[in-house]
Amino acid sequence: MIELTRDPIDFQALTERVRRPHCGAVVLFLGTVRDLTGAQVTVALDYEAYPGMAEKKMAEIEADVRRRWPVGEVAMIHRLGHLEVSEISVAAAVSCPHRAQAFEACRHAIDRLKELVPIWKKENWADGTSEWVHPSAESGTRNAE
Amino acid sequence: MMQTVRVQLFARFRDLFGADLIEVKVNAPATVRELRDALVSRNLGPTALLTRSRIAVNNEFAGETTPVSAADEIALIPPVSGG
Repeated sequence: MIELTRDPIDFQALTERVRRPHCGAVVLFLGTVRDLTGAQVTVALDYEAYPGMAEKKMAEIEADVRRRWPVGEVAMIHRLGHLEVSEISVAAAVSCPHRAQAFEACRHAIDRLKELVPIWKKENWADGTSEWVHPSAESGTRNAE
Repeated sequence: MMQTVRVQLFARFRDLFGADLIEVKVNAPATVRELRDALVSRNLGPTALLTRSRIAVNNEFAGETTPVSAADEIALIPPVSGG
């Protein structure tokens, strides 16, 4: 299950949605708006997507996760629009029979999402300026989380 | 013979051009590489960011030799930052 939404992410409902009787492990990842990037203070982020392609890429990631791990259910939601500090921008939930599989599968899902899905964020800094984040290879580490 | 392809813009490119769609004249037939060269030569944005951007054709990341035509859905995809 994949979704782009402009509404707040209900991560409890998402977690319930992936629980399965044969899965003894559920891993949930939440990405939240962080207030500091280096020394720069963020007051809010704006997210936008290329919707059709973003949904296609998320569906491909879901299929890839299902191929590689014994997934009970996998769900990914990304929020779009204006988000304040501490709000949830992305959630990925995976259930598997055992925890090692669930951790690996969830890690893979969020890593691929950040690498492949055409979604962008604009930083709104505390000094009133803003800038789209387009990580380069060099700054990739700084912008990786 | 020339053709006009339409390229969807996002994020910094959309802000730079003040548009979410631009029309670009390229040869017919043309490849993704030729489209990228046309974007660079027409000063359609910062060359460094253009060079780091991918081009999607019909919702799939395209290689440099992928053909592009007026019938395709084309998008300029700067480095992504979701998550």
